Amino acid sequence: MRPSSTERFEFAAVAALAVLLLLLALLAPVALAEELAPDALIKSITAEVTAAIRQDPAIRAGNARSLCELVEAKIVPHFDFNRAVRIAMGHNWRSATPEQREELTREFKTLVLRTYSGALAAYRDQAIAFRPLRARPGEGEVTVRSEIKQPGSEALAIEYDMEKTGADWKVYDIRVSGISLVATYRNTFSEEVRNHGIEGLIQQLSAKNHRPS
Amino acid sequence: MEYTLSTSFRPLAMLVIVTALSGCATAGEGNGDPIEPANRPVFAFNQGLDHKVVRPVAEGYEAHVPGPVRSCVSNVFSNLGDIFTSVNQLLQGEPGKAASDISRFGINTTVGVLGCFDPASSMGLEKHKRDFGETLALWGVPPGPYVVLPLLGPSTVRDAFGLVPGWFLDPTNYVGGPAALALKGTQIVSTRSSNLRASDLIDAAALDPYLFTRDAFLAHRLDQIYDGHPPIAKADSAKPEDLQ
Repeated sequence: MRPSSTERFEFAAVAALAVLLLLLALLAPVALAEELAPDALIKSITAEVTAAIRQDPAIRAGNARSLCELVEAKIVPHFDFNRAVRIAMGHNWRSATPEQREELTREFKTLVLRTYSGALAAYRDQAIAFRPLRARPGEGEVTVRSEIKQPGSEALAIEYDMEKTGADWKVYDIRVSGISLVATYRNTFSEEVRNHGIEGLIQQLSAKNHRPS
Repeated sequence: MEYTLSTSFRPLAMLVIVTALSGCATAGEGNGDPIEPANRPVFAFNQGLDHKVVRPVAEGYEAHVPGPVRSCVSNVFSNLGDIFTSVNQLLQGEPGKAASDISRFGINTTVGVLGCFDPASSMGLEKHKRDFGETLALWGVPPGPYVVLPLLGPSTVRDAFGLVPGWFLDPTNYVGGPAALALKGTQIVSTRSSNLRASDLIDAAALDPYLFTRDAFLAHRLDQIYDGHPPIAKADSAKPEDLQ
């Protein structure tokens, strides 16, 4: 029995679908690589985080734990704290022992995340715009620039300094209207190390982190 | 590029870059703040005044005055500030932006009911802020030492001088009698109430509030002067050897 025209059509449709799926599967890695471009990465994180803040009444009410969970899940995986702490430490990093380096990184991470969470908590529905990325292909370092627009006041520039580590792009510094979340600590840290040594700095950081804010 | 300095000012900008760099080169060595011993007590005085008076009043203002009223008050002062911004745009060789900022003032003063509303922003005229300290910087005046001014807070010697023409161009200073006091008071409280979040952040972030405020202020100033593209913004571009 010859297949009816409907059956033939169905077969063709299934075959076409199969080919399409195969093509998609082949193309997917390419599309994924495209997705991980540094500005695309920041855009998608920003979109996810702002959507989460908009939808979570606990965060809007200022619940620190919900905010922390959000930051831990969405932002921490894309931030390079090892590089950040080295920048903040400057030349003193070289005189720190491996244990001290570990402690410094941990304490600095806590401090930066706490500050960053505080800034996020102030987010209400402001529009965030991205500027075109000016980067040459193959470059290992880029700055992704965005700005938060608020009617009636100047736009607030947020810049992300990023580096390519392996296949991933990671943020190692964030600047808000020119003020670095990381480099601003350079003088503070070197002053503290000069006066009380690296141990003194670790103690100061840990005391600051354990104080309720 | 919308964000670069106008072409005619590029040589001047280069000069500023050089001056700014020579001014900042030693900041890491602790010489960037030669009058720190004088600054610290003034900073402490300002902070004390803020904690005891200004901040509590600003918090009360935020808690008890409805949002639309607060936004109206802050818009009125911001609108007056657009005159000064426009003059500085001209002095900085930006006639286009000067025109945009003075149009903001015209529109917001009329359609926006004496600046209470900001219809100009919705019409695509973005708010800018330019002061005379920035103009002096673009003219090649070096910042001089960091100074904490009583009541007014962080500044540099250059920016402190820059406050003088600003004072003359601020219409609120031409009001006499007790009304002047009420006006200034309202302006201070309105400004402080919009900074509450930011100052909380500094409290949370700073190990030494004096140093943090100073370094954040100087970085922010450099960013303003270079219109968002300061030459040494990237944290460690100069010192790769630290990263080993």
